[in-house]
Amino acid sequence: MIEQLFPNVDWAKMLDATYETIYMTVIATAVTFVLGLIIGIVLFLTSDNQLWANKIVHFLTGSVVNIFRSIPFIVLIILLIPFTKFLLGTIRGANAALPALIIGAAPFYARMVLIALREIDKGVIEAARSMGAKTSTIVWKVLIPESLPALISGLTVTAVALVGYTAMAGIIGAGGLGTSAFLDGFQRNRQDVTFVATVLILIIVFIIQYIGDVITTKVDKR
Amino acid sequence: MIDLQNISKVYKTKNGELKAVDQVNLSIKQGEIFGIIGYSGAGKSTMIRLLNGLEKPTVGSVIINGNDISKASGKKLRDARQKISMIFQHFNLLWSRTVEDNIAFPLEIAGVPKEQRAKRVEELIELVGLAGRGKAYPSQLSGGQKQRVGIARALANNPEVLLGDEATSALDPETTDSILELLLDINKKIGLTIVLITHEMHVIRKICDRVAVMEAGKVVEQGEVLQVFQNPQAPITKNFMAQISGETQEIQASLEQILANYPSGKIVKLGFVGQTTEQPVISQIIKQFDIVVNIVHGKISNTTSGPLGTLFVHIEGSNDQINAALEVLAQHKVQTEVIGHD
Repeated sequence: MIEQLFPNVDWAKMLDATYETIYMTVIATAVTFVLGLIIGIVLFLTSDNQLWANKIVHFLTGSVVNIFRSIPFIVLIILLIPFTKFLLGTIRGANAALPALIIGAAPFYARMVLIALREIDKGVIEAARSMGAKTSTIVWKVLIPESLPALISGLTVTAVALVGYTAMAGIIGAGGLGTSAFLDGFQRNRQDVTFVATVLILIIVFIIQYIGDVITTKVDKR
Repeated sequence: MIDLQNISKVYKTKNGELKAVDQVNLSIKQGEIFGIIGYSGAGKSTMIRLLNGLEKPTVGSVIINGNDISKASGKKLRDARQKISMIFQHFNLLWSRTVEDNIAFPLEIAGVPKEQRAKRVEELIELVGLAGRGKAYPSQLSGGQKQRVGIARALANNPEVLLGDEATSALDPETTDSILELLLDINKKIGLTIVLITHEMHVIRKICDRVAVMEAGKVVEQGEVLQVFQNPQAPITKNFMAQISGETQEIQASLEQILANYPSGKIVKLGFVGQTTEQPVISQIIKQFDIVVNIVHGKISNTTSGPLGTLFVHIEGSNDQINAALEVLAQHKVQTEVIGHD
């Protein structure tokens, strides 16, 4: 019956593509989390009345974030081709998609980190300072734990966006479900392949959202 | 112990300079509870933050135990802050940590090993009366319990000074009293120096030994609580006194009413301090002189250094008799102030 409904679907290939999409999403999300968190914390600490208040650093970091956030992802991939080639020696395959995915998503996540950190009660930071805490202690023991629910829900949104980005990267040959849907499905006029790839992408997105929601609720003790 | 020498703090704002603290000199003794009272905007929040270096004075120096806090920075300032702890109006607990972990936080900052931390936390939970609530999160506690956690956290590193930033202003009257009693108890037990800022005269009356009154960045009056209460000088201090003597507009109105109804006699405000509150002076003057005494309003408040009473009376009789009666009252160290028909 499945054979009749989806005559053109090569299930083994589809499984590989799903694996590639998950691989790209997981690695890119992990690196984006670290990079975005660092940039977000720098943005927060250098803003007015904060511990490292510094207009110049804040402006420069903010500008870099805004520039990379403004470039449409499909254009970013093309712009980064020389960089990717220099870094990995190739522009094809799942690994070659990672630099573009990370550079596209980290500034986006950094903004969400900044929003999350601004929501922290100023009094709690003042209390930590009044106890003689170092800035590093404040970052690790106050800023990150006190904004954790917002950091995780932001990461969930970013991961979902990254699934979309991997599909776009698939169009220029990164592999994954994007390649299946576009090259194998659309360009060869096999609508069943496009359909199955789309459903698999949806399932991945739903799972990410579910995991994100569960963790967010669990860490929120407010 | 704490010496503020000629402190000024100026903020630059868009509308020019703002003098939050203006040439303040204060000296706070070891082991006392010192209150700073003022309305919001008087500069008291800035004042208390000068004491732990969260704010730096524009001019002057803040000396605590021989350390110049206003000049300290980096590690020296951080080490000093471990001995000058602070409690806050809105408690400022970390919601992500349990009661135990909140109290352990300053110990982690000070680098105390894990087992010692656990032991100290247990002692502190016991001390502030939160036994059994150690695993709770702040969101599961009442306001009073949160402030108890705040106090335990502040005491963790055996500080030399405890700063209270409107520590009871977000609490209901009963909880306020229980927190004040806890602070007084700690002050007595371990001889901790406590500096409180507040806008409630009640707090000053209940636990402070000495008080400074602030208005527009200046200290307009300071001294022993009982002395300031008995004989307030600055108009703003008199306003604050009205909070506890019950000298409200209502009473003012009833005094005027009596003045209008009884064109003869005098209305006198009597001030009793300490032991004089316990003497039957009114019945004595009624017996001794040919006068009629009508009590209009009265109130007794307790301070740490003794009770303080105010009584408004209307005295009817000949001028000679009334003056002689007031003389006797004065001999008994009762303050008298004629406020009508003299």
